[in-house]
Formats: sequence, structure tokens, C-alpha cells
Amino acid sequence: MTDEFAVEMQDVVKRFTTPEGGILAAVNHVTMQIRDGEFFSLLGPSGCGKTTSLRMIAGFELPTEGKILIHGKDVSQIAPFQRPVNTVFQQYALFPHMTVEQNIGFGLEMKGVSKVERSARVSEALEMVRLPGMEMRKPKQLSGGQQQRIALARALVNKPEVLLLDEPLGALDLKLRKEMQLELKSLQREVGITFIYVTHDQEEALTMSDRIAVMSKGVALQVDKPEAIYERPATKFVADFIGETNFLDGVVRGQTGSTVEVDLPGTGTVYIESSRTFANGQQTTVAVRPEKMTLNREISGGNSLTGRVEEVIYIGTDTHYGVRFAGSHKARVREQNVTQGQKALASIGDEAIVSFTRTSPRLLTE
Amino acid sequence: MTQKPNSLFVRISALLVYVFLYAPIIGLMLFSFNASRTNIFFGGFITQFGPLQMEGSTVVQSPCGPFHWFCELNKNAEVRQAAENTLTIAFVASISATIIGTFAAIALQRYNFRLKAFSQLALYIPIVIPEIVMGIGILVLFSQIFTILSGLTGARFSMGLPTVIVSHIAFCIPFVTLVVQARLQGFDKSYEEAAMDLGANELTTFWRVTFPMILPGVLSGALLAFTLSLDDFVITFFTTGPGSTTLPIYVYGLLRRIITPQVNALSTIWILIVFTAVLLLQWTENRKA
Repeated sequence: MTDEFAVEMQDVVKRFTTPEGGILAAVNHVTMQIRDGEFFSLLGPSGCGKTTSLRMIAGFELPTEGKILIHGKDVSQIAPFQRPVNTVFQQYALFPHMTVEQNIGFGLEMKGVSKVERSARVSEALEMVRLPGMEMRKPKQLSGGQQQRIALARALVNKPEVLLLDEPLGALDLKLRKEMQLELKSLQREVGITFIYVTHDQEEALTMSDRIAVMSKGVALQVDKPEAIYERPATKFVADFIGETNFLDGVVRGQTGSTVEVDLPGTGTVYIESSRTFANGQQTTVAVRPEKMTLNREISGGNSLTGRVEEVIYIGTDTHYGVRFAGSHKARVREQNVTQGQKALASIGDEAIVSFTRTSPRLLTE
Repeated sequence: MTQKPNSLFVRISALLVYVFLYAPIIGLMLFSFNASRTNIFFGGFITQFGPLQMEGSTVVQSPCGPFHWFCELNKNAEVRQAAENTLTIAFVASISATIIGTFAAIALQRYNFRLKAFSQLALYIPIVIPEIVMGIGILVLFSQIFTILSGLTGARFSMGLPTVIVSHIAFCIPFVTLVVQARLQGFDKSYEEAAMDLGANELTTFWRVTFPMILPGVLSGALLAFTLSLDDFVITFFTTGPGSTTLPIYVYGLLRRIITPQVNALSTIWILIVFTAVLLLQWTENRKA
């Protein structure tokens, strides 16, 4: 066991009995290593097992199978109050009958820290979350954003080995959320504590994380850096969940070195660069991001497919074009509106050529 | 969403409801200042201190003035004993029932166990069972227990304060449980998780977080139990014994003999106590919000 990992989940399974008497594996054989000092996000739709994973690390749920290690120490079966982690809850769970000072000082009090030191560390923590002098307030007297910061201070004041955050920004409005994202990130860099952050918001995960684990149906599909997750999604689910992706189903017709020839039935043939080896006749999906496609009037280099414009949506920074091809394929192309008063490249009903390079798509098989 | 009632019919019927509810109570309270020895006739209010001319040629000394009947009451040793009994029973029974009922509510709310649904139902049935049935049942239970105990020890047991207290605790528990459970219904488990996350064990979590947060519910349960115990007649009637007469039992006994405004004076004090308890109850209920 090395200490470079703050948290390790080793083949963890969590099964629940549903009210109907069935058995549900909320977390199904998950193995991942979270490095010391890292901002790590668990990302996925609701019910994917991200919150259950976090709750197992906190100790609110015990794994049915497998082990959880914190800095090399097996904590799988020990109580939450014996673990070197602290949690920021989704609804903050600030104790309503205590003042801000009592809330933040609660963890220190439990550790037996003296009253004098406690009050010094509480005001230090308030300073850190930029709410100095709030000691005597009650949680009810604070705004949502302030409560969020107090919850953060209450957890961080204990200097945990790992800080767990369960969708802490979910209840805030968009503008405040964006502000808090950046603030959380810089705070994490400042204190150097490992953060494990649960979210269903892909943009939030991309903005803040050093690494992201994309989860679905209790399984960790891909664990990687944000760029890698976006640029090289491992599965269709990841490609679809993170950002927007066009999926063009086809069949492999041949491979020369790293160039794969894919037939999109009825639409055309494309050539894609891939490091993987494909068999002739293999089913595959060509996944291309809308911004990596361009709309042209003439065939240019790379791959070009001819279709008809079905939809034109202007969203300010970009214009989106929905194009239908001869086969059953559809694609959405994103063109940036770079110049002032730029005219639409095509209108509904126009014939258009959609182009993309050989390196931009990913060939996905699952 | 509140709007003024504009129908005269609605206004009058509402007024009548309150008249029927409060006229007897107010009348009863006024009669406790009655310058007559029976509370069937109203002989006017007592206005002067010192010698007091009652109906006929009777003259009584009234150093307390208008509060003549209250002073007479205070001199009455039986009343004082009954009041003491009533308050002792109400305090012991409501505190015990609150402790037991609160833990029952937590168990029913928090844990899954066999026969949970049955336990829940069995707790509420005594609320709807006619009180007289409960009273007779408790009487039979106690006399059976006493027969067995006498057979074993040779000592004699009889009904008294302990039996009244035990039966009051029993009938108060379901009410406390009901009230506390309602409070727990909206209790977010993440507060307890947060406390444990911050290093508090189960016991500390209960005393520092759970209990203070459900305290308003516990208090209103306790006050409800207190007022229920204070004015209980039926169950007390079956479980009381010599020396453990409570106020309701005593007043019932008085009414069978003579009716003097002392009864009214007693009722007035009593109403004020219950009224205060209800106000407190309202106040704790409001604090929940």
C-alpha cells in the first residue's frame, strides 16, 4: 500500500434492498484511486452511484463488498466519526439551533480542542471563506450562498485528509454557482486538501476537476483528466453525457495502418484515424463533436457528407445547423459567429456539405 | 388568501359557536364571585370586605372581599389535598410519558423492525377506545396483579396514587408519541450525519443535535400529556383509592352533596391553569415553523 493515494476504492459493491423487495446494485464493482491533493469529481446522472460512493467514503453507508482505503488505511467498516474525512452536504445541514461559531466549532469541540483555540480557528475559517465576523449569526439569518460557505468552513476547519462535497452548489443560482466554482477551485489549491466532488453538471466537473470519474448505472465508465474525457470519450455514454456529440452508425470496411474506412449506409464513406484495430464488417459509431464539423458549399479535404439543412438555431455566440443525410444519419454542426452581422451559412431546405478531418472523430464500439 | 366574511349568516353562526363554547365558562367564572351560598341563584357580586349579608339572615365574615369563595376554598383541607394529588399525578405522569413516548416515536420513525406496523397501530388504538372501557380494563388488571402479589407476599395492596400515576402514564404515551412523531417526520437525517461526520458519536449526536431540534415537539407532547392528566376523570375514577382523590373526582363528589360557589372558585383557578398550558402549547407549536 502506498500513500500517494488519498482514497482507494477496491472492487466496491453496494447493494440495497428496494421497497418492492428486489435487490439493486447502486455501486457495482467500482475500483478507483484518488490521488493526494487532487480535485476529483464523480460525475453522472442521478442514480448512477456517485452519491452512494461518496457516502461510503464518508461512512454513512457500508460497502456490501470490497474495500475503501484512506491513505492506505482500511476504513471500510468503521463509523463516520472515526474517519479522517469531512463532508459538505447538499442542503448544507447546518445545525439550526446553533450559531455560526458553534456550527464551525462543533468538529473541534468533539476533538477536545480548547475553547480559546477553537474560537481562534473559527474566525480563521470564517476569514478563509470570506465571511469574517459572522460568528454570532444563526444559519437562518444567512443567504444560501453564505450558508454554503459556512458549511465549507465547518468541514475545512477540522483539516480533514479528504473533503467530500455532495453537489454543494446545486441550490445556488447560476451566477453564484459559477463564482463559487472558481472560488472552490482556488480554495482547494490553497489548502492542498484532496477534494472529492459529486455533481451531475458536466460543465461544473470540467471547470473544476483535476480528474473526473464518469459513472453510469453503478459503474465507473472512464476516469481521466477533463480534456481526455472530452476529447477521447471511451464510450457512447461518456461522449453523450459530456458535451454534445453526433453519432453516425456504420460498418468497418477496411483498415490501412491507422486509417479506418467506415461505411455509413446510404450516407457515404468516411476515413478515420484510430489507434485501435478493427475487423472488417465490425459495427462502429463515428462520434464527432458539433464544433469539429464545418458547413460548406463545396467538397473539401478530409471527410465530406452531403445532406440537407433541417434546422437553423441562432444562440448568440454560435449558430447550430441540423443536417439530415441520405441515410438515417443526422448531425448538428456548430459554427461560431466570429464577425459582426455575420449572415447564416445556409437556410432551411438548402443542400449542404458537412466536413470534418480524419482525426477529429472517435470510433466507439460500446 | 384571507378575505373578510361578507355573509351575515356566516358571521352570526360563527358568533353563536363561540357563545355556546364560552358562555358556560364565563358564567361559571362569574359565579365564583357570587354573594350567595348556593350557585343556583346569583345574589350579585361580593363587593365589600368584612361581614357579608347572605340570603336570609345569615351573616358571614369575608376578610377576602370579592375573593371570599377562593379563601374558603383555601381553608378546605380536602381541596388542598386533591389539588396536590392532581398536580403530583400530572407532573409525574406527563414527564414519564414524555420520556417513554419520545423514545417510542424515535424507534418507530427511525428503525425497521418486525411488527413495526402492528406496534404503530397498537399504540394508537387506546386513543379511540372508549375511556370507560380502558378504565374498567385497567381496574381489572390492577386487581388481578394485587391478588397475585398478595398471594405471593402476604401483604395487602390497594389502589392509590401509584395506580393512578401508572394508568395516566399509560394513556398519555400514545398522545406524546403522535406529537413527537409528527415533528420527526420532517427531520432531515443529514443533520445527524453531519454531526457524526464532525466526530460526534451516536449519543452525543442525539443530545447535541437530534434532541434540541425535536425539543419543540417534545415540549408540546409533554404539555398535551399534562393537560390530559390534569382533567382526567374516567380512568382516575377506576384507579383511585383512599387518599388519592384528584380534583375532578372531588368536584364530582361535591356536586352530589351541596353546590357552593367554592366549586366555581375552584373551576376558575383550574381553567386559568389549563388556559396557560394551552397558550404555552400554542407557543411551542408556533416555534416549530
